[in-house]
Amino acid sequence: MIARVVAGLVVLAVGGSAAGGGPPHRGLPAGTISGKVTYTGTLPKLRQIDMSKEPNCVTQHPTPVMTQDAVTGPANSVRYVVVYISAGDQGAPAATDTVHYDQKGCLYIPHVAAMQVHQPLAIFNDDPHSHNIHPLARVNAEWNKSQPKGAPPIRTSWDQPEFIPVKCNVHPWMHGYFVVLATPHSAVTDSTGEFSLAGLPPGKYTVTAWHERFGTQSQEVTIGGSESKTANFVLTARPY
Amino acid sequence: MGKLFAVVVTVIALVSAAIFAFHVWWLPPDISTHGVRIDRQMNETMVVAGALFVLGQLALAGFVWRFSAGERGAPRPVKSFPGGPTPLVVLATVLVGIEILVLTFVGSKVWADVYQTPPAPGALQIEVLGEQFAFYFRYAGADGKFGAMHPEMMNDATENFFGLDPANDTTARDDIVVGSLVIPINQPVVLEMHAKDVNHSFYVPELRIQQDFVPGLVIPLHFTATTPGKYELVCTQLCGLGHYNMRAFVEVKTQPDFAQWLKEKAAAL
Repeated sequence: MIARVVAGLVVLAVGGSAAGGGPPHRGLPAGTISGKVTYTGTLPKLRQIDMSKEPNCVTQHPTPVMTQDAVTGPANSVRYVVVYISAGDQGAPAATDTVHYDQKGCLYIPHVAAMQVHQPLAIFNDDPHSHNIHPLARVNAEWNKSQPKGAPPIRTSWDQPEFIPVKCNVHPWMHGYFVVLATPHSAVTDSTGEFSLAGLPPGKYTVTAWHERFGTQSQEVTIGGSESKTANFVLTARPY
Repeated sequence: MGKLFAVVVTVIALVSAAIFAFHVWWLPPDISTHGVRIDRQMNETMVVAGALFVLGQLALAGFVWRFSAGERGAPRPVKSFPGGPTPLVVLATVLVGIEILVLTFVGSKVWADVYQTPPAPGALQIEVLGEQFAFYFRYAGADGKFGAMHPEMMNDATENFFGLDPANDTTARDDIVVGSLVIPINQPVVLEMHAKDVNHSFYVPELRIQQDFVPGLVIPLHFTATTPGKYELVCTQLCGLGHYNMRAFVEVKTQPDFAQWLKEKAAAL
């Protein structure tokens, strides 16, 4: 708890200075950690999402929509894995760009959004009907808000690091995650399972990969100067 | 003023009675085998209650007209009750009481014949889950057996609405779970109704069926649909903020279409 408060204060202080402008870590050499997340084992069978309750959404998807809790790509790559610096951060400036989270076709886009504590988050409803977004926060304050069609975006942010499942109170199949981190260095793997964490000053880092079903894995990476290092992760998939 | 009130009461009574008498807003056509009895009972209730309503309102308007202040001065004196025509009041009360009791007994019989009789043997069994704010339906699949429900395993994110445990329970693996109630015509269907969280209600006007879900109870409900088509199922118990959006569709298909649909769903598992 104390660590969290301290981390929060550091972020606040850094956030204040970042508001003054300037690129991250000006003048320091910056390295990059990039890599790919793959899986071994047997994947769970994805189920087709039945949206028949909301005919609007059915017509928006000419092909069947599958659940997004285990999305994989070519060569066993895994999508929607959050890769972030879990230790070794050196007080990087806070992320100030707004994270966009869309509700479209009765899906959350992106399925997983990673952000830093206090980073602005804007939630849009692009559907011609209501949604009721409900982040199931336990550490942060939990809330749920109705967003009728055409309503302005909900602008908010989170105070504490937390993996927050998000659901829609009127469309039970809609699920996503807000991954709120202490670090500004995070990435969500793309459809080929790749990620890249740039702007890292020299130092020793713990890089952690988190997936909603396949769990968490960490490894240590040392950056010296402006070098690029590779960190690949192999997660274990289970059929159930 | 009193005479104007009498006229307004008369107009309201006659117009509202006419709306019912001419079926201006009425139930959609019945698509069930039992619905004809519900409709008959509904008609009887409407005729009897409607006749009393119109007579009562016209009498009210008549008395208001007669005893209101006329052009020539003070209103006529009105007797107060008790003290007035006691036998008349008692007679009216008893008559209305008998009418209500008769409607209750006759109506209960029709209701019980629909809701409290066992389903026909060989009825198609479908499980229904009401949750905030959607309905889900489960078919037993090829093995004809439903996998057990484990509330702690319910997970909307993986579409495991019924809390099935396919890792350990082989009967759950072929269960078909969908968001629309798809049924064949002319085959008795029995629904086993489960509530995940709070009270909900299953209301399909065309089926002449309305039944509550109650958490902790498994409520059986059976009926036979007779007309193919797509109908709306709505929740009619205020169940939370999203209640207005808690609905699903009922698709009544011909027997071959239903068999084909079931086959496709099983193949997609």
